[in-house]
Parts: sequence; structure tokens; C-alpha cells
Amino acid sequence: MSEKKIRRSILARCIPRLTSLAKKGPSGWMIMIGIVIVLTFIVITMIGPWISPHNPSALFIGPPVASPSSQFPMGTNFLGQDMLSRVLCGGSVMLQVAGLSVLICFIIGVPIGLFSSYSGGFVDSACSLVMDALYAFPGLVIAIAIAAMLGPGVINMSLSIAVVYIPTYFRIVRSQVLSIKELAYTEAARAAGAKWHTILFRYIFPNVIPSIVVVTTINFADAILTAAGLTFIGLGVSIDVPDWGLDLTMGRKLIANGAWWVITFPGIMIILLALGFTFIGEGLSELLNPKLQH
Amino acid sequence: MGLRVYIITRTLLTIPTLLLLLTMVFLVMRVLPGDPVDLHFERKGTPEQIAQMRQILGLDKPIWNQYVDYLWGIVDIGYLLQHGYPNLGKSMQVTSQDVGRQIFSVFPATLELAIYSMIIASVIGILLGTVSSKSYNSLLDHVIRGFGTVTYAIPVFFLGILFQLIFGVYLHWLPVSLRINPNVEFPAHVTGLFTIDSILEGNIVKLFESLKTLLLPSLTLGIILSGIFIRLTRMNMLETLRLDFITAARARGLRESTVTYGYALRNAFLPILTMMGLQFAMLLGGAVLTETTFEWPGLGSYIVGRINYRDYTAIQGAVVMFGLFVTLVSLVVDILYAYFDPRIRL
Amino acid sequence: MPLLEISSLAVDYRTSRGTVHAVNDVSFFLEKGETLGLVGESGSGKSTLGLSIIRLVPYPGVIGGGRIKIDGRDIVALPEHEMQTFRGTKVAYVFQDPMMSLNPVKKIGAHFVELIRTHEPNVSKKEAFERAKTVLKNLGIQPERINDYQHQFSGGMRQRIMIGLAIALNPDLVIADEPTTALDVIVQAKILDLLESLRKAYQMALILISHDLSIILERCDKIIVMYAGHMVEYAEGTELHDRPAHPYTQKLLQSIPNIELSDQKLTAIPGSPPDMLNPPNGCRFWPRCSYTMEICRVKEPLLISIGRNHLVKCFLYGEKGVQSE
Repeated sequence: MSEKKIRRSILARCIPRLTSLAKKGPSGWMIMIGIVIVLTFIVITMIGPWISPHNPSALFIGPPVASPSSQFPMGTNFLGQDMLSRVLCGGSVMLQVAGLSVLICFIIGVPIGLFSSYSGGFVDSACSLVMDALYAFPGLVIAIAIAAMLGPGVINMSLSIAVVYIPTYFRIVRSQVLSIKELAYTEAARAAGAKWHTILFRYIFPNVIPSIVVVTTINFADAILTAAGLTFIGLGVSIDVPDWGLDLTMGRKLIANGAWWVITFPGIMIILLALGFTFIGEGLSELLNPKLQH
Repeated sequence: MGLRVYIITRTLLTIPTLLLLLTMVFLVMRVLPGDPVDLHFERKGTPEQIAQMRQILGLDKPIWNQYVDYLWGIVDIGYLLQHGYPNLGKSMQVTSQDVGRQIFSVFPATLELAIYSMIIASVIGILLGTVSSKSYNSLLDHVIRGFGTVTYAIPVFFLGILFQLIFGVYLHWLPVSLRINPNVEFPAHVTGLFTIDSILEGNIVKLFESLKTLLLPSLTLGIILSGIFIRLTRMNMLETLRLDFITAARARGLRESTVTYGYALRNAFLPILTMMGLQFAMLLGGAVLTETTFEWPGLGSYIVGRINYRDYTAIQGAVVMFGLFVTLVSLVVDILYAYFDPRIRL
Repeated sequence: MPLLEISSLAVDYRTSRGTVHAVNDVSFFLEKGETLGLVGESGSGKSTLGLSIIRLVPYPGVIGGGRIKIDGRDIVALPEHEMQTFRGTKVAYVFQDPMMSLNPVKKIGAHFVELIRTHEPNVSKKEAFERAKTVLKNLGIQPERINDYQHQFSGGMRQRIMIGLAIALNPDLVIADEPTTALDVIVQAKILDLLESLRKAYQMALILISHDLSIILERCDKIIVMYAGHMVEYAEGTELHDRPAHPYTQKLLQSIPNIELSDQKLTAIPGSPPDMLNPPNGCRFWPRCSYTMEICRVKEPLLISIGRNHLVKCFLYGEKGVQSE
């Protein structure tokens, strides 16, 4: 079969799967709930500027640190900004950074993983050594170090976070490739004279895809939390962009006065978004690798 | 093989990994766009200022020299013994200050936080994971698993702030920042860990006060981290509980508690121990955020503070410190693993 | 009063995909010192039957009905802590695979000490240790090895240790589930001989579970042939070998290779064991039986007595059932 037919058949298998997810039991529901949450967030972020009652960045729209009322359902922060508007618009930076970093990770980590493990020998050992050393390191610290050097901005944040998770992709891809490489049917293909790139892409890669998908979704969740962390420390984007992480930083000092609304709503948004991706990842993982079957 | 030989072999294996790690940190601080000294002065430095700082920090030397100096500074035992801290260069902010001294003075606080958080995380994780596995597929099982999943998605600083709000502001039960009540003197410095030092000093009041301030931060970090332990314990226990020797133990009439803890958990425990070691890295990342939230004066607060001052040598030194710590912990975990599982030494 | 009395025992596995009736309506009794052989293919329910006697059927298995009486006492509904006093003391179990039947992180001696002190708390550690050494000696294992771990022993020796643990407290009944399947042929014979000598010495009843009919024929007073969860034939003494009644039993006998026949054709039983989630209607064996009749596909046969202590569940011998013992 040609490459195109293989890709089409993979897609053809995915689509009926999507529609029959509900039938797959708790794992299927988890994936659907996760997808719903994530899509909702993406939509809200996109239409946020239009549906917000006020400009999220405008200062002193209302009295500072006002508790939730009918006028400001989520209250205001110490700059008099409307929390509801900030909550509706605050996800965009996070989603962009997470999305971009996952993309970078994928583009770099997966190919390196594929080629390194397929080649074996010295190349593989060298790459693994570097990746293992990187993997063992505290992720946030790496991100901090790099972000500190690069400076603020969406792209810089994405790069810092991407570096942290490249080893994860590398490892997953590598372990899958190594196990498939040894299987009989790969040997058979090689014996029949197939070229390395054919083997890699037609035989090995399609089997690696499920694990990569799971890792990607979990990666998304992690990236969101790391992005929030970076912003919390002050390595995020500039202050005039509404961001949930920023709200938490600013709101922290108001805690002593009992102003719970300034941090609770943005915090819950971060949790929900991360949960959305986590659900998709968990559900997929259970579906694709059923752990405990009787 | 024998335990002793294993310890030696494993320790020797740390050296290449460590070397790689240190080299990577070195490269990151040099290779990335932006010259550290230039950035320090925020591009507004005069040529004389820049040249002077470069000279003090040794950044005017060829890169190979810098690399050797850097490595030597870390490995130089003589310097370590003489000063009580390794040579990690001078701070960019106050060039007379040794970064090594600064780091070693704040590190114990992070160590204390890390230890207590890890204890809380593993105790919660192992207990809940075991309970969950024993009541497989019940409501309790699902609730515990849900708890584990959700806690992972909570940003640690958010939980920290919530705890501060609830326990500090609303309930007035616990202090929300700093390492110890300002009215209480630090315990005499032996390890740098306030709880241990208080015990060594025999001072109950100081012990009590340090535990009070330690409670919220370590609880925050511990809860967030427990999710992974819950899941891992549950999975390992479920797998272990179906093995033959468990049924065989029950067939001999042994009590269920003996079977759960003496047989199942003891065998499922080793991967959990390894996970503890692996999680240390994540713990440190979370520690940075936790320290910032609770104004806990450890290495995390230090590195965040240094960012604001654009003190790049200090940042480099802190990153090196984190790396060394993680490598040491993973070495200790591997050795402990070999101690508990006689099969590994073969 | 018989040592063990099973009446109409039923054991089910309640899985998410449906209920598997692993054991259906099995009845027999066993006196002190007797040997019973349970023979059948994988999935026939023999292991489940064995485990149900000590109430250790794994999740999601449940005892669906019937009675299990040990010394006249029905243990089906017994509370767990009371059941624990039976296990290891009155009834002992030897598992199939010795490779993972012992606690990998516990020394061999510690297993014995723990066992003894759980059931006899007044025994001191020292005394328990000495008793352990004695048991090991009787099994042909050097007592100095008492501080070794299970991975330092071969498969055969591990099985001896398992047997040692089983008989250490002088049980009245030992259930051995495929005790030799994981071992090579020469060790097999040694282990079975060991079991036999211990049985005679301590007057224990033995239930031997195996898929290997040749082993069962040699060593058992009573034999039950299981198929798809049903007891299809029961016979005592040499009856089963001399006059096999059920077509399945006959096929099993035929498939035992005979070393004296030089050009014997090995006969296998055609087909494969049924899917226990959806077993065939009527007699479970009909798809593989050479003597199938119309009625076999529709109705389930009942146990019929065809001689002295010889029961069979097959329409070939009539349709009238008999109250099984």
C-alpha cells in the first residue's frame, strides 16, 4: 500500500472511533469531557474580547478590590480591573505558549527519538545520555534559567518550556521504537530488502503514534502549569496582557485583606484547562493501553 | 556482587552524568543569545563597567579557560574545606560576595522543605494508594483516583495561596510566611534544618515554632506531589496483589494486614522508592514556586530574587546546585534500592 | 463424618462481559487419608474448585451456591477471620508455579517462622526456627540454607519448600494444584513421590489437580474428570482406567503416549475448549464428541450411576439422573 493509503486508513480509523467514544465506557467519557472542556476554553479565549463586559486591561473601571456584586460578578482587583473580563480573556497567552511549546517539542523530540533509536549504537547512546541528564533535571528550574536569559515574550516562554519536555518525547518514542524494532515482522521486512525509511515510516511510526498522542496531551497540561509558574515568578509576558497567572501574582498580596475573588476565579480556570487536557490524556491512555483486563 | 561493590560502581557512574549536566548548564548560560554582562546592565552599561565586570568574573578569558575554571571551582575540595562552600564565582550584583556562600546559606531551608514535603507526599500517596487498591473499583477507589488526578492539575502556588487564605487569614491558625516567627531566635546552626537544630538544642519552643511555619508550605507541596504516588502505589499494588505468592500467603492463613503490608506493599514498594527519587526533580521545581508563595527563604526564593537583579552568575550557581542535589538524591535512591532488593546486586 | 464434603457447589466469575459459570453442581466427599484426583483441561474449573475449598477464589469470583463442609462444618458463609484459622492448619494448598509462590524479599526460614507464629502465637522465634529447620531437612534441603532467598533455589527445590510450608502444621487435607507442571519430568516424579510419602507419614488427605491424566491414574483413590466446569465422570480405584465411560475420558486416555508401543499414533481431541462466557447449549462437550446425539445439543445431562462408585454425565447411558453424592 502507498504512504497515502496508510495515512488515510489511519484517519479512517480515527473518525469512527471519535463518534463511538461514548460507547467505550468511562475512558471514552473522560476523553469526551476533556475535549469539551478544551474546546470550550479555546472558544472562550477566541471570542473573549467580544463577550467581556469590560476591557480586561482598562484600569480603574470600578472601585479597587471590590467584592463580587451584580455589576462586577467576579469583583475587581487592586487596579480596579474587572475580574470577569480578565477571566474570560486571560487564557490566550497560556494557550499560545502551551501550544507553541508542544509543537516545538514534537518537531524536535519525535524525529530525534525516531532516528536515534532506529540507528542504535553510538548515536543512540550519546543522545540517550544527553536526554536522560536533561530529563532528570527539575523542569521549572531549566525553564527559569532559559527564560531568564532570553527575556519575556510568548516565543521565549515557549522555547524555555519546550526544552524541558523534549526528553519526554524522546524517551517515549525511543522505547516504542526499540520494542517494535525487535518484532518479527520488522525483521521480515528488513530481510525482504525494505529500505530504512520505509521501515521507519510504514512499520514503526504508525505504532508509535498512539503513545505520542497521549504524551502530547499530558504535555499540554504540564506546559500550561509551567507557563503559569513562569508568569507567577515574573518571567511571563508584560503586565498589560490579561493572564490568569498574572492575576495570581497580583492578587497574592491582597490575601491579607481576605480578597478571595482576585485569585480564586483565575486559579480555577487554570485548573480546569489543565484538567481538560489531563482527562483526554488519561482517557486515551486507558483506551490504548488497557491496564487491567480480567 | 555485594552491596559494597555496587555502591562503588554506581557512584563512579555518576561522574559522566554529572559532567554532562555541568557542561549543559555552562553552555546554556553562554550559548543563548544575549551576553550575561550586557543583560545585567540592561544594555545601558558603559564599556568600562562592562569590561570591569567581565574581568572580575573571569568572563574575559577564552571560553575553554572559563570552562575549566568553572568545573574546577565546583570540584575543588580544598576550597570547599577552607570556606565551607564551593567556588561558584562571584555575584554580579555585589561582586565582593561569593555565590557559593550565598547558596550554601539558603540551601538548608530548601532541603528542609523538600524533606518534609516528600514525607507528606509519600505517606499520603502510599496510604491512599493502598486503600484504593484494596477496594478496587469501589466508590472510594474512584474518589481517591479522582483526587490524585485533580491535585496534579492544581498549580502549586494557587493551592499555597488558598491555604494561606483559609488557614492564615480566615482561621488565623497558622503563619503564612517566613521561616520562623520573627520573635523567635534561630536555633543554633548545626545542620541548617531548623527542626533538627531545635531538637539538638533541646528547645521545644523553637521546634514548635519551626514546625508551625513549615506546615503549610510542605503540606501544599506534599499534596500536589501525592497524586503521582497515589497512582503509582495503586497500580503496583493491584499488580502485586494478583501474584501467586499473595494467594499463597493467604492460603497459609496469614492475616490480611500482614499480606497487604508485609507481602504486597513490601514488594510493590521498590518502584515507589525509585519514583520518590525521580520525583525529587519535580519537587524542586515545585519548591521554587512554594518558596516564592510562602516567602520561604530557600534556594527557590534565591533564584527568583536573583532574576530581578539580573545576577547571572548567581543564577548559574543556583542551577548547578539544583543539578548536584538531584544527582546526589538519585544516587542515594539507587543504593537504597539495592539494599532493599537483594536481587539487584546480582 | 467425612473430612471434606462438597454438595452441589457452584462458583461463578462475575466479569464485566458476563458471568462465567466456572464450577457447576459438583459434589463429592473425601475421607481422612484418601487421595482425590481432579483432571481436566485449562479452563475446566478444576483450579477454581480447589481454590474454593479454601475460599480463595480470586476477584471477581464468588461461590454461587452449594455447601463445603470440613469436618461437618459448612465454611461457605464463615467469616474471614475464622476462615484464616483453617488455612494452613487444617487445609493447605500447594500452588502450581513455584517461581513466584514465595515472598521474594523474605528469607525462606522467615516464611516458616511467620507461619508457625501466626497460628501458634505462643511458640518462641527460636523454637519456630528449629521446627523450620526440621521440616527443611525432611524435604531434603540443607538446613543451613534457611537464610537464603527464594531466587537462590531451583524450581524443584522451591516446590519442596512450598510443600514444606503446606505440611508444616500437619494439615488434614492438602490440595496440590498442578504441583509439577512447571517442573521437568524427572523432578516431577520426585516431587510426587515426596507428596505421597508425606501423605502416608502424616495421614493427610490429598487432592491432586492436574491436566495430566497419567499422573492422576497412578496415584489417586478417587478421580473426578472435569470439563467446562462440570463433573463429567467420577470413578474410584482402577474403574476409570478399566472402564472409561464418558467420551471425553476415553479420548483423554487415548491421548496418553505409551512408551511401549513403537508406532503409536498420537491422538488429539479435535476442537478446542468452549468459550466459558458463551458455552454451547446442552452438554458442553457435544461439539467435540464423536457420539453426539440430538438430545445432547439441547438438554444438559445429569449424573448417572453406572456401577460401583462410578458416575457419568452423558446421555449415552440413559436420561435418568441420580442424586449425586
